[in-house]
This record gives sequence, C-alpha cells and structure tokens, in this order.
Amino acid sequence: MALQSLDIVRRSATTLPEPQARGAHTGQVAKLIDVTKCIGCKACQVACMEWNDLRDEVGTCTGHYDNPADLSDQSWTLMRFAEYENPDSGNLEWLIRKDGCMHCADPGCLKACPSPGAIVQYANGIVDFHEENCIGCGYCITGCPFNIPRISKKDSKAYKCTLCSDRVGVGLEPACVKTCPTGAIVFGTKDDMRQHAAERIDDLKSRGFDKAGLYDPAGVGGTHVMYVLHHADQPSLYSGLPKEPTISPAVRLWKGIAKPLGLFAMAATAAVGFLHYLRKGPSETDERDEEAARRELEKTS
Amino acid sequence: MTNHWVDIKNADLVLIMGGNAAEAHPCGFKWVTEAKAHNKAKLIVVDPRFTRSASVADVYAPIRTGTDIVFLGGLINYLLANDRIQRDYVVNYTDLSFIVKDEFAFADGLYSGYDADKRSYDKSSWDYARGDDGYVRTDPTLGDPRCVYNLLKEHYARYTPEMVERVCGTPKDKVLQIWDMIASTATPDRAMTIMYALGWTQHSIGSQMIRTGAMVQLLLGNIGVAGGGMNALRGHSNIQGLTDLGLMSNLLTGYMTLPDEKEQDFEGYIGARAQKPLRPNQLSYWQNYRKFFVSFMKSWWGDAATAENHWAYDYLPKLDKPYDMLQAYELMNQGRMNGYICQGFNPLAAAPNKAKLGASFSKLKYLVIMDPLATETSEFWKNHGALNDVDSSAIQTEVFRLPTTCFAEENGSLTNSSRWLQWHWKGAEPPGEARSDLEIMAGLFLRLRERYRKDGGAFPDPVVDLTWQYAQPHSPAPEELAREYSGSALKDLPDPKDPAKIVRKAGEQLAGFAELRDDGSTASGCWIFCGAWGPTGNLMARRDNADPTGIGQTVNWAWAWPANRRVLYNRASCDPHGKPWNPGRKLIGWNGSAWVGADIPDFKADENPDNGMGPFIMNPEGVARFFARGNMAEGPFPEHYEPFETPLATNPLSPNQPQALNNPAARVFAGDREAFGKADEFPHVATTYRLTEHFHYWTKHVRLNAIVQPEQFVEIGAALADELGIGNGSRVRVSSKRGHIEAVAMVTKRIKPLTIEGRTVHQVGVPIHWGFLGVAKPGYLANTLTPFVGDGNTQTPEFKSFLVKVERV
Amino acid sequence: MSEMTRRQFLKLSGATLAASSLALMGFSPGEALAEVRQFKLARATETRNTCPYCSVACGVLMYSLGDGAKNARQSIFHIEGDPDHPVNRGTLCPKGAALVDFIHSDSRLKYPEYRAPGSDKWQRISWDDALDRIAGLMKADRDANFTTKNADGLTVNRWLTTGMLAASASSNEVGYLTHKVARSLGLLAFDNQARV
Repeated sequence: MALQSLDIVRRSATTLPEPQARGAHTGQVAKLIDVTKCIGCKACQVACMEWNDLRDEVGTCTGHYDNPADLSDQSWTLMRFAEYENPDSGNLEWLIRKDGCMHCADPGCLKACPSPGAIVQYANGIVDFHEENCIGCGYCITGCPFNIPRISKKDSKAYKCTLCSDRVGVGLEPACVKTCPTGAIVFGTKDDMRQHAAERIDDLKSRGFDKAGLYDPAGVGGTHVMYVLHHADQPSLYSGLPKEPTISPAVRLWKGIAKPLGLFAMAATAAVGFLHYLRKGPSETDERDEEAARRELEKTS
Repeated sequence: MTNHWVDIKNADLVLIMGGNAAEAHPCGFKWVTEAKAHNKAKLIVVDPRFTRSASVADVYAPIRTGTDIVFLGGLINYLLANDRIQRDYVVNYTDLSFIVKDEFAFADGLYSGYDADKRSYDKSSWDYARGDDGYVRTDPTLGDPRCVYNLLKEHYARYTPEMVERVCGTPKDKVLQIWDMIASTATPDRAMTIMYALGWTQHSIGSQMIRTGAMVQLLLGNIGVAGGGMNALRGHSNIQGLTDLGLMSNLLTGYMTLPDEKEQDFEGYIGARAQKPLRPNQLSYWQNYRKFFVSFMKSWWGDAATAENHWAYDYLPKLDKPYDMLQAYELMNQGRMNGYICQGFNPLAAAPNKAKLGASFSKLKYLVIMDPLATETSEFWKNHGALNDVDSSAIQTEVFRLPTTCFAEENGSLTNSSRWLQWHWKGAEPPGEARSDLEIMAGLFLRLRERYRKDGGAFPDPVVDLTWQYAQPHSPAPEELAREYSGSALKDLPDPKDPAKIVRKAGEQLAGFAELRDDGSTASGCWIFCGAWGPTGNLMARRDNADPTGIGQTVNWAWAWPANRRVLYNRASCDPHGKPWNPGRKLIGWNGSAWVGADIPDFKADENPDNGMGPFIMNPEGVARFFARGNMAEGPFPEHYEPFETPLATNPLSPNQPQALNNPAARVFAGDREAFGKADEFPHVATTYRLTEHFHYWTKHVRLNAIVQPEQFVEIGAALADELGIGNGSRVRVSSKRGHIEAVAMVTKRIKPLTIEGRTVHQVGVPIHWGFLGVAKPGYLANTLTPFVGDGNTQTPEFKSFLVKVERV
Repeated sequence: MSEMTRRQFLKLSGATLAASSLALMGFSPGEALAEVRQFKLARATETRNTCPYCSVACGVLMYSLGDGAKNARQSIFHIEGDPDHPVNRGTLCPKGAALVDFIHSDSRLKYPEYRAPGSDKWQRISWDDALDRIAGLMKADRDANFTTKNADGLTVNRWLTTGMLAASASSNEVGYLTHKVARSLGLLAFDNQARV
C-alpha cells in the first residue's frame, strides 16, 4: 500500500523523529500536468471545490478568463491564461496553466512553518496542511517559491491543495485528475509520470515544439506536481512560472540568524513575536525544534 | 453523428469547423486528443476566433463568420482539379455518374425555377434524367457533360483560393496548407473526421454548409469508415432523442413526417415516402414506411386505428406550412396564438430578438412553464430593471410555473450524439412539491380526456381514443413508456415463410424494426428505437464496456439506433467486393456468405456485394447524393450567400445579382426585414457562442459554474479596442438594430481583424450565458441582439452572423 | 540572500523567538495531531446516471446520504464521473463536475406558482388548482379555434392557437409521452431545442 501511504516523514517545527520503518517502496506519487493538452476548461477547479467542499465567491470579469482572479482558501487550484505570439512561428498560442501546489520534495512551506504539525510531508510525496495546527502566521507563503498558500479571512489559517490526500489515501486519484476531460492531468507513480512525459515530449517535438520539456525543478528537490511545457526553456511564459525556483532566502537564512546573530536577533525581535502571538494564537516549538529545523536546513542548503 | 465519440480516436486528421468541441464538448473532445496521442493525428481548427479548440490545434485558420461554403466549396474545387479524390469510392458509392436533366441550370447565384415574389423555387428541373427503363441514366466514365461530376466541377470552379481569401479573409497560404492536409485523406488508409455544431447550423445557409462538408467527406471516401464521418456534436443531452422521437413541428417519430393538408389520400401519403429504387437492385429501405407508420398508429390509437380508417390517419393534424418556433412567435406577435407551454425550454433567452419575444408573450392569454429552475421566460412579465424593462400591469397573460424533477430524480433514457440510448437511475427525491414531467403531462391529459368524454368538444376522438394503459394512469412509469416506443406484438405473429410457426406471441416485445408489420399486428411507438427494450429486456441499461477489436466499438454498452449499429453507412468502409478499404480499421466485411465484423452491418446482412447494391440504403439511389435533387430549399449544390446582415454590399460570387446577396429561399417575415441593420450604422460583425464553464442558461443558477465564469463579457480584438479606445475590463455597449447589451470588454489577441474585399472587418464575440435570474452576476440576454431569420430548410435562427456597433460606455 | 528584505528578516527571526519564548512562557498546547480528512464516500449510496447537459452523455456516479432505508431521505452530496463509461471514462467537464450544485441550486422551483393578469408577483397555487385551470384554458382555446376543415374543405384537424416547446434535456420517455399528448390534441406549433 505504499502508493497510498500516508505515513508522515516530515512535520513542521517538530523534532520528534517520525516513524521511519515503512517506505514508499513501490514509488512515490506524482501528478503530471500536460499544459499542451490543456484546454483551460476549469473542470479541475470545479472538481477541486466540489470534492473539498469549498465555494469561492462569485466574482467579476476583469477582462480575463482567469476566474476566480487568484488562489484563495476556497480556490486551491486555478487556470491561468496567457496569450503569446510566438515570434518564431508567427502563431498565436494560448498558454493555459493550472496553478496550485507543486508538492515539492523539499517543501519551503514546511521548513518555514513554525507551528508543529501544521505542515506535513507523507512518504508518498504529498505535502499537506493540517489547519487545526495552523497559527495563520503566513510564513508558509514566504517559504513557498510558487506563491501558493493563502490565508483564509474566515479563520486565519493557511490553505492549499492537498493533492486530495483523502482520496489518494484510499487508492483513488485526486479529483482534478479524474475529471480532466482531455487527459491533460494524469496521476501515478513519479517514475510512470516521467515516462509518460517523455512520450509526450517526443510527440511535441515531432509537431515542431523543439524546446518541449518536463518541468520538475531541482531547486526544490523536484516536485510531485510536474508540467509538460511546449516551451520548457521559458517557463515564465506560463503566467510567471519560475524558471529556477528555490526555497525562499528567508527560509535559508534560518541558519544565518541562529548562528551569527544568535541571541541578539532573538531579543531584537521578541516584541514582534509577542504581538504576533496576541493576534494569531499560540505556536508551539522549543529549542529542540529549532535545532531540528537547523539540521534539516543543513541537509538541503 | 454518423460515427460516435470514441471512434474519433481512429481519425488521422480532425477538422473542427462550425464548432468548438473543446469548449462545448470537452469530454468528447478527449477522443481528439487520443487520436493525436496514439494515432499521430493532426487537428485543424477553422473558426472566426482562436478558440479553446484552436489552443491545442496543429493548424488554426481564421474565417469570417458565415462564409464556410466558400472555404469548403474552394476545397471541393481543389480536390476535383487536382484529382485528389478516392475515385473507386465516389464512382461506386455516390451519384457522381448520374445524369441530370437538361432543364437544370445555374446562373448568377440562382438556380433554374426561381420565383422572386414567393422567394422559392419550382424544383421540377432539379432532378436526374431517366432512361426508358424508368431508372436514372448514368455514365460510369464520368465523361458526360451533364453527369453530376461535371456539373459539380463547373459549379465550384468559381471557388478559387483567391476567392476564399477575398470572402473569408483566410490567408491564401493557410488555405492551401489546410486543403493539402485534408486532401491527404483521399487514400483508403487515411481517414478524416469532421466535427461541427451550431457554428454551421445557426446560419441562414446552415444546412448547406453542412452539406458542403459532407460532400468533401464523400469525395475523400471518409463516410462510413472508422475515424471518418460527419459528426454533428449535438447540444442538449437528449436533443438527439427528442428529434428521433419527432418532437418537431413537421415530424412524427423515427423521421416519419406529418402529412401536408394536400395529402388527403392515405395511399398517396405512404407512396410519396416509400420511394421506389432509382437504380436496379437497390434496397431503398424507406419502402417499409407503411410498416413503421401502421405500427406507430397502433401504438398511439390501439383498437381505434384500423385498416378501414387508414389507421386513424385523420387523427393526425395536417400541415399547410411549417410551424417552427420562428413561425410560432410570428403568429403570437400577430395576436394569433392564445396559449403556449414551455417544458424545460427558455425561449425568451434562446430565441432571436428578445424584444419581439417579450412582445409576443405579452399577447398570450396563458403561458405554462414546466421547469426545475426559474427561467427568464417564466418571468418575462416582471420588471428586472434595464435587463427586462417591462410594465407588469400592462401584461394580461396568466402564467403558471410548475416545478419539475431534474435528471437525478428520475429513471429514464437519453440519446446522445452517438445515437446511444443510455438508461439512468433515480438517486433522490425532488425538492418540495416538484413532480416529474410524466406526471404533469398525465395530469393535464387525464383532465382533458375526462372533459372531452363528459362534455364533448372539438374533435374529441384522438384525445379520448389515445392509448393510456399505464398501471398508474396519473403517473406512467418510464419503463412502461420505453416498452411502448420500442414495440410489441399485438397478436401472435406467424413466420411469413412457415405460417404454422409463431415467431412472436401476442404481448411479447419485438427484437427490432425488421419484425414490424403493416397489417396492424405490431405496435412500435418509434420504429428506429424498436428493440431498445426487446424480448430479453432493457438493452439501454447494458453496461458491458468490452471493446474486443480495440477500435472503440463497445456494442454491448447501452443500445444504439438503428439496430444497435454504431457507425452509419459502414458498408461503405469496404470496397465494392466487400473487403475493407483499410484492413487495419475494419468495421465489417463480406465473408462469402454474410457481412460480419466489429459493428452491426448497415446493409442487408446476406447481400452478396457482387449484386451491386449500394451502401446508402435509405436513399432510393442506393448511393450518396452530391446532387440534392429537390431536397434542399436553395438548390441541389450548396452556393454561398451572405448572412442577412452582412458587411458587404454584394455577394462576391454573384456580384451582378442582388437577389443572390442573401439566401434567396429563406423565409423572412415583413417586420423582421425592417429590423435588419446595415453596415454603415452597425459596422462590426458579431457572432454568439457558448463558453465551456456554462451550459446555455442553466448553469448561471449553479454556484460552482458562476464562480468560474461569473460575469457577462464580450470579446473584442485588440485592434478594434485600440481603434475605439476600449480598455480591457472596461464596460462596453454592443447594439444591433434590435436592441443593445452592456458587458465587460475582454480585449484579446485571439480575434484578429480580417481583410474582406479589400477592407478591414472586425468580428466581435458575444457569449450567451447570462440573464436576469440566477446566482451568476445578472446580465443581458444576448439574443436581444440577434436577427429573426432562420435557415432556409430548418428555420434555425442566424445566431452566428449579424451586425452590431461596439461603443465605450 | 540579497533578495531578503528587512521585513522578511524580522518576520522570520520573530517567529523563531516568539515560538521559543512563548513555549517558555507556558503557552504550550497539547500534542498536535496530524491526520488526513476522512474519505467522504466510504459507505455512501452510489447511483448511476447520465449528465443532463450536452450530448456527449457522460456517465456519472451520484453519491447520496442515506442507504435507501425507509427512514432516511436521500440527498445527493457528491457527483463524479463513471470510470466504466466508454466515452468519458470517469472525466467530467466543469459543468458535469458541478452537477451537485444544479441539484441543490437556490433557483430550483419547489411549488406550483401562479401569476395573475396584470400582477407583478407570484402566488402559490396547489397542483390540482393549477392543472384544472390549465386544462380548462386549453380546452376552451381548442374548442374555440380547432380547425377540422380548411377553406378548401380538406380535412386538417389542427389546433394552431396554442403551441408547445418540449425539452431536449428530458428523457426519451418524457419526450415520447409529451409528443403523444401534444399531437393527439392536434398541435402543430410544437418544437424542441433542436430547432435552435
């Protein structure tokens, strides 16, 4: 049952070692979004809201097909539309990208999160938020290189795509994957998805997209949500997909703060922290957590 | 669809034109992506706008709305001139070799027999020439100058690539690139499918656009083969089924037609429809019309339908003219209708010229609405500010609004575009006091019947005699009705070859329409559905999705009409000797004694191919028609006419004939012609369409859909926006001669100005989905703008091409 | 590092210290738990149906509250695609994926309503009153305007002063019965959405 495994391998702001005996021996999961097959129908957005019992606001038209206008606590995924006139072919291209959590192997959100157990990573690769532990500080947003988590105005907690961990946990594909009419979103083991992507890229190259490629950025350890792009050399064409995403410098600086500045830094910011507590409620950690986080950062930085 | 959704995966080339399958049929469009992924297929999209379909196409070409016949006529010219046709197919399976009467002629955009006052044709010259044996004369060498092949060649010789560029605005190099790709499917090993929808039907020459597409497919040998076909992507979930069941002003069930009032003689009525073959040894299957008709009349009127009263022929209303929707609203507007019933239909939103519709409804005595949702039509009398600015006190119409169940709350079957009848099951009770349409129709009928029985009245016979043997008369069960339209034996049916043997006992369900008889011993409410609920039970509920041959023929999934056949005309997938043109995608084949394969043969099952029976068994010719004879209003070959609101002053194909500017055989009511706008006042070409996030006027009531597409907008090309100083996201006013709407401007690169006859033409896109009720942001009904004129044959309104003026608000 | 703003720095170090200091100050909630959301379909009743929108006719699975027991009123709370269906293979477009909100739309009509001539509002009416009144209006109109013979004396048996539109989203069974009733009355102005 390794594919369905929801064994936790990492947990935010926690030092207690997670149980390590089980592993994802038959492979971790991944969602592959083939932007070149996507027609921007938004079925994934609807299925996501429907499955997760979310209803975003009925907004307005701002002159774009992007609706709602941005991710929110109610919209965990969003189609972003870009009209691109390809200077090489002279053709217009409508580049439509499904935005949402990338489920990084090395999740910046988890590392930045100061609240124990608010963000976890499962053995199967899914990065999940547990809102009951969230203090709403927003550091996950700072930590995320893709600008994904959003704080709810209702409960001041952070929300994002769970990769339908509740569905995957019982052996089903995520809701967005199942619904996708054209098969632009597919789901399986990460190895199978890479294989599928390779076939798609061959097909695209045969149709004149020489730079077609897979987006699985190394700067975050690879992702469990990957894209096939026609223009893999220019990811920013797709509504600003970062070319070389890395964990926010703020998160990397953890180590920097703790060592050279030491107690001085803490003292200097204590007041800020207390105010934050008053506003948002408690977060829970201790020096052991910090030490663990530091160790974690050292592993990756 | 001649073929079916899954079969699209077998195509080598997909042409989407007159439709936007990715937008309107995303889950069917998946089979295009499958063809691309697994069959290396290419996708071509020709559309006024760069659409969602275009976004995944290999080649996209823009076209001015309403000019598709020029593009396709040019293609026919190209295929004929370069001899890129599947010659063995067209010579054997079409009427290209048939000789046409000498009297038939075409000049300056008009065919022989035109009467300008009546705006219609005397079609007597539009026919084949007959030989002494009574059959049509042919020339298989195609050398005769009067054979269809040469007339066709001559007709489309005027449709040059240059003409296409001038009229359609499509760049010539794009045109030639696409034509070359399409011509590549003239070989037996390659197939192209054409997917179209309302982008072809909603024009004053819509039927002829579709015919032109079908002619292209015939020339290429792409009809009847896997991965080919003319595939109409129909709209509603059961629009196919309701058409099959004859819920149209001129139809009976199974594409039988109502009699004209001149057809007083029953035998004449049957004879005109049971046509004798035009060539030797052709099946001409409609010769069985009498069996279908008698079985139908027995279903409805039972014992009251007898041989003596011609099976109650007089119970059927007789036509004096078409009574389509547009005609009905014209009569209503003239004060000549008193009552109207809308069952799950929102015509105030869905019909052209909202102002005329509102005025028409206001003249009714009573209006009855049956719907699961609150429709705009049901509140036409209510003031909704600028969106529906009416004075309720001045409207004397009584309105009833009856709540109905929705799909989830009832059993039943729907017929999809693939002609599959699929059964579905109820999952919950309806809200409040809502009732099924069956109960409502039964409630009305039983009340009327009771009053006619008790009090008499105008011609009560067809009402009081109507069969109504349902276990619960006030609530007929879907299962009972399905058995009724499928059909059963009324008496023990003896075997015609051995009368001592009984093939069906009285009361038994029939296995198919071949069992129908014309002596009153069988009943079938809809002959093409005969067998859907057969002797073994409800075949529509079948759930075996096995596809043993791998070409997508799941013949044990649900049930398809006719006779569970999945690809129509599949006999044409084989050469004249019965061997598949493409053995890699075999549908059926002749094994020496029978036709067998992955599909149910669309042919006489034991007919030796060497006898020369043609594959188009419903046509008296036995072959497919390029020359439509008298079947079309405008002429036997499709000819381009401009939309009724056109940016052009003359038709570039017949510039010297003012009567040929627009469809010369389309019906235009007097007041509506005055409400057509001219290009000097309304300089922009508009087209209406659907968005993938919404379904017509329903899903503005559905929160999830309102969230993903909340507010009305119009799409305007960047060049026009610049010219008019319109910013993206600002509000604009779009006016036609009939009214105006206001909406958000979506300024886009996806609509480019076109150069037509040397001048710039801007096209404007008007999505339709908004109205004054629902959870989406309130908006104007788009059909405030559209003209009240329809196709010359179907009277489907010209929603796709009209003139507007765009302004900043 | 150079991208680091002062605000980010403050936020970050603040969090570090705040957390630590708050723990030291005794604000220490109980052990945090981590578990996924419960799978919501585990024992839900599944019913097969067909999407009512376009003519692709995707198979759908409807999941409802209640197991069919006498005392439970079924209510559909989730719909997804039928993976066995040969055409949609489990997929649904944004309309099909939103079907549950159609079933539960605020715009669903629940009671028969009546709008009197000249009125600007609806009023409730019972089913019996509504059907009695409509049948009366229909019969009165039919009896007054039915044409048995035209001006030339030909039998035509038609009723042109009332018309009807049928719904191409209704089932074949509804369509068949509707046609049967409408035509038996002699209606000719009778169409469905196939006309537009």
